[in-house]
Amino acid sequence: MNNQAYLEDLKMIKEMMSRSTRFISLSGLSGVFAGSFALIGAFLAYKTVYSNQDYLQFRKAVITSETLTTLLVIATGTLVLSLVAGILLSRRKAKKNMVKPWNSQAKRMLINLFIPLFAGGILSLIFLFKGYIGMVAPLTLIFYGLGLVNASKYTLTEIRSLGIAEIILGLLAAHFIGYGLIFWALGFGILHIVYGIIMHLKYKS
Amino acid sequence: MKEILKNLDKAFENKIRLGIMSALMVNDFLDFNSLKELLQVTDGNLASHLKSLENSEYIIVQKEFQNRKPNTKYLATSVGKLAFTKHIKAIELLLK
Repeated sequence: MNNQAYLEDLKMIKEMMSRSTRFISLSGLSGVFAGSFALIGAFLAYKTVYSNQDYLQFRKAVITSETLTTLLVIATGTLVLSLVAGILLSRRKAKKNMVKPWNSQAKRMLINLFIPLFAGGILSLIFLFKGYIGMVAPLTLIFYGLGLVNASKYTLTEIRSLGIAEIILGLLAAHFIGYGLIFWALGFGILHIVYGIIMHLKYKS
Repeated sequence: MKEILKNLDKAFENKIRLGIMSALMVNDFLDFNSLKELLQVTDGNLASHLKSLENSEYIIVQKEFQNRKPNTKYLATSVGKLAFTKHIKAIELLLK
């Protein structure tokens, strides 16, 4: 065998190792969709929380049981729409890659994503119902970031740096507590769109 | 040079066997269908290469039932892992 053949062997080994452990069908476009839904959601949430207020006065987030319900509906709607877009687009990409969309790699990635995400979600709800609404944006950002870092071992490597960026934004949001919604829109909206476009171009999803 | 070539393993000269072993190095186990999907080969082709790796004791086969359907798991043995590592090191030395 010559060098070229050995190089090809090494390339194949790397590809097999990565394909057998990582969920590679993650679609970049789904990030763009999730980001756009998040921006719309954040805008609706802004309208809900800061309604009926004088533009010139100090603006305080007003949470009544009614606006709380509206917020939860917006949040659930955003989440469901993002998930549906993600599943549909990843399924399409899996077909192109000729792999099953629901394989053990996908399962492994999702389990690792959802362990921190679930814990963070419950914790945010506890804070929310105890009246500490300011904690929701930083907590969801931080735990989502931790989930991504955790899941990145089982999917495209870019997810790791996206996770770290979400964690940093979450910590900043915890310090600048009044600007939670802006950080939330940055983290779940803008970052998703930027990463989605980068990954779409890189992997031609 | 002779020393390096000695470490190159005949079992991994075939691309499919090399692929099977690469995947089993980074997974605790894989079943037949996952390997088939991964390597994009026919049942018969895959089975014969698995058999040959099994004969050289680089992998072991575990048969069990899942919802009454037979499910076959393949695992890399420590002998197999060692041989694979030696093989890759030899390739890397040759490329230097």
